[in-house]
Amino acid sequence: MSEAAIRLKMSHISKSFGGVEALRGVDFTLRRGEIHALVGENGAGKSTLMKIIAGVHSGFDGDMLLDGKPVHFRSAREALAHGIGMVHQELSVVPQLTVAENVYLGVQPVTGFGAVDWASMARGAREQLKKLGLELDPRITLGELPIGIQQLVELSRVLFSGASIIILDEPTSALSPPEIERLFRSLRKLRDAGNSIIFISHFLEDVLTIADQITIFRNGRKVVTHAVSPEIDKAWIIQRMIGKGHEELESSYLGDVALASPKDAKTVLEAQGLSKAGSFEDVSLTVRSGEILGIYGFMGCGQIELARALFGKMKYDKGSVRVDGVARRLSNTAHAAGAGIAYVPESRRSMLFHHEPIYKNTSIAILDRLSKLWLKPDAERAIAAKHIERLSIKTPGTEALLGNLSGGNQQKVGVAKWLTFLPKVLILSEPTRGMDVGAKEDVVKIVRNLRDQGVGILVISTEPETVLSLADRIMVMRKGIVSQEFANETISKDRLLAAA
Amino acid sequence: MTASSEVKTARQSPSDWFRNRLSNIAPFLTLLFLVVFFSFASSSFVSFGNLQNILQQVSITGIIAVGLTFVILTAEIDLSVASVANATGIVVAFFTLQDESVNIANVPLAGGIAIILALGTCLALGGITAFGVTKIGIPSFIMTLAMLQICDGISAMLVRGQIAYNVPSLVGILGADSIFGIPWLVLVAALALFIGHVVLTYTRFGRYVYMVGGNREAAEYSGVNVKLIIAAVLMISAFCSGLAGMLGVAYFGSAQQNEFGTYLLDAIAAVVVGGTSLFGGRGGIGNTIIGLFVLGVLNNGLDHVNIDSFLKILIRGLILLAALIINIYAERLRVSRSVSH
Repeated sequence: MSEAAIRLKMSHISKSFGGVEALRGVDFTLRRGEIHALVGENGAGKSTLMKIIAGVHSGFDGDMLLDGKPVHFRSAREALAHGIGMVHQELSVVPQLTVAENVYLGVQPVTGFGAVDWASMARGAREQLKKLGLELDPRITLGELPIGIQQLVELSRVLFSGASIIILDEPTSALSPPEIERLFRSLRKLRDAGNSIIFISHFLEDVLTIADQITIFRNGRKVVTHAVSPEIDKAWIIQRMIGKGHEELESSYLGDVALASPKDAKTVLEAQGLSKAGSFEDVSLTVRSGEILGIYGFMGCGQIELARALFGKMKYDKGSVRVDGVARRLSNTAHAAGAGIAYVPESRRSMLFHHEPIYKNTSIAILDRLSKLWLKPDAERAIAAKHIERLSIKTPGTEALLGNLSGGNQQKVGVAKWLTFLPKVLILSEPTRGMDVGAKEDVVKIVRNLRDQGVGILVISTEPETVLSLADRIMVMRKGIVSQEFANETISKDRLLAAA
Repeated sequence: MTASSEVKTARQSPSDWFRNRLSNIAPFLTLLFLVVFFSFASSSFVSFGNLQNILQQVSITGIIAVGLTFVILTAEIDLSVASVANATGIVVAFFTLQDESVNIANVPLAGGIAIILALGTCLALGGITAFGVTKIGIPSFIMTLAMLQICDGISAMLVRGQIAYNVPSLVGILGADSIFGIPWLVLVAALALFIGHVVLTYTRFGRYVYMVGGNREAAEYSGVNVKLIIAAVLMISAFCSGLAGMLGVAYFGSAQQNEFGTYLLDAIAAVVVGGTSLFGGRGGIGNTIIGLFVLGVLNNGLDHVNIDSFLKILIRGLILLAALIINIYAERLRVSRSVSH
């Protein structure tokens, strides 16, 4: 391949958030007409670098040259004006608006009178979506469509916006194989027309299929940039991605994982025919004491709703739940907690109190056991101090406000609040999302330790590695139903993905 | 005990300490400023008698504000407090023997029973509000607005434009008599504030109130029965309002319609000016006490200085606005500090 012109050159880029260094002296070069993949663990810095390029993060150290000219974008709008468009990991569509309105968000065509040109909007949206293989009425409200289609609608907005540098952050996470294939066809067409595409993904198969160049990040540093060629395979990438000395994690990425669950331990959680209209249907499951059941599925397959229903956060329409052999009506979270179920939700914001000190965060779930009427703050502080030591939480002390802790340490506090009195059932939703390798290993250790103490654990995740590295038994969900179950056998990531 | 000696406490610099307390200090400085200002502006402001006046003037607002503090700490609101007070005051008079000149179809009962019926009424009204908010899911702003109308309606139906004067003797003593020169009303308000403070600070329920207001979702995910807590604070608010309503009727010397008109805004202002956040989770009875004094000193002080009485209303509003602006900036300083840490 001849050396094409350099579109974007970043040198010595550093960026930190509140004392945590997200990027340290990173160099990055993007050429005309290439698809450049970025890979790395969560928290490795790839999204941060992309957000700098797209103008989302305006404060950083280092130089950025666009077509040889120094630039420093203060906003995403400014970056877009320079032809740089980004599709973020979190969907940023407006579910209440129609498909066409979402495709033309912020750039609605107008008629000569200044009114919105609905007809040309519908026509344009229909044509754009057709290129991605979507045949649908652009006047439908977007929120009524499956999450994969919503992702495609968002992709089309940026892909056909005329941007010449397109950044895609995890674009395939909610897409089915045929949808991915159509997306790749569009990407290749855009590349061949001279556009540059940056493609961030956890799915290394996708990366190897679509990318021309690959850059690997680890802990805020760039490890290597390399052209994709036959000698590069998944093992090569993974080694550079997670570094040495993480064989256990590596096997969950790469090799086959042997599943083994305890046979005669008693069942601590049993659900029969649980249904919730629009979320999941006729789900039955059992979790034994000392067993980790993993539930894997693409985003929006109903697994998070299922977890919430099992904790009383969401009402189910049909079915029954038994905890430790006793039938329970989980009508609210207090009932579920009282029955011995603990829950760690997927986002830190929804499980922690940022303006409160650590000791109040670790005691909130067990206050009813600590005191009937009067609070016992000394006992609460002693418990917090014990957790800080056991989980090596980095903080000046039990009185420190939770908001002053780093993300990984906050996550540990979120788990710690259930560890004082062991629950019968622990439900973990996306327990390793957004964590670096070290923190992931800590979580794996904590969870296995709890399992060995006899807790029945349910792990719910959209990341196959998380499920594979933790689970003794795996259930796969697809579009709200359990599509397959793996137990007492060896399983690879490929088989897991194929079942979803 | 070795366990507690191992507990580390966070080291805080004095400036951090000050910044963290700023949302409590700012209302206090406002109060100090008002006191100093009125002391210079009026010769009659500083006196023991006037202090007693101020205390008495804020007592009814204070009892209402105790319950309202609970509600606002959970990030809900209760707009029905003054109307619940009015209705409860009228109920207690309705069940008391009135003079023949009072043309009300009332039902005279023993004093104790009248009081129990009145307290039962305000708890029932609070229960309806709690049911609407937690079971049906009506936002508290709207639900209590409806309850405001309902209570005004009950008041109107019972007195039909008339005025009742008699209340049970216990209510009369607590509302209008003094002991050793201190009005019982002030003592009841002080007791209510004290109990409110103890419950919020030292009990498990109080902690739940703060946590539900601080992050409702996190409280729910921690297994806290959020709806039960919200139902409870709405009931507490109705009970406090009812108590204030009965004593208020004795204090005013009459039970009639629209008698508590200004108390809704005064109670909300006292809670919020004191530094309790309308977004929940921050503040407390200590703040409410400061807020009550700011309001009391302001209302009383303006009567001692010689300005146009029509202008006073405007000045009062402007000073309240200034106090709120100071609070917001104090809070913002604290938050930005803790986030950028």
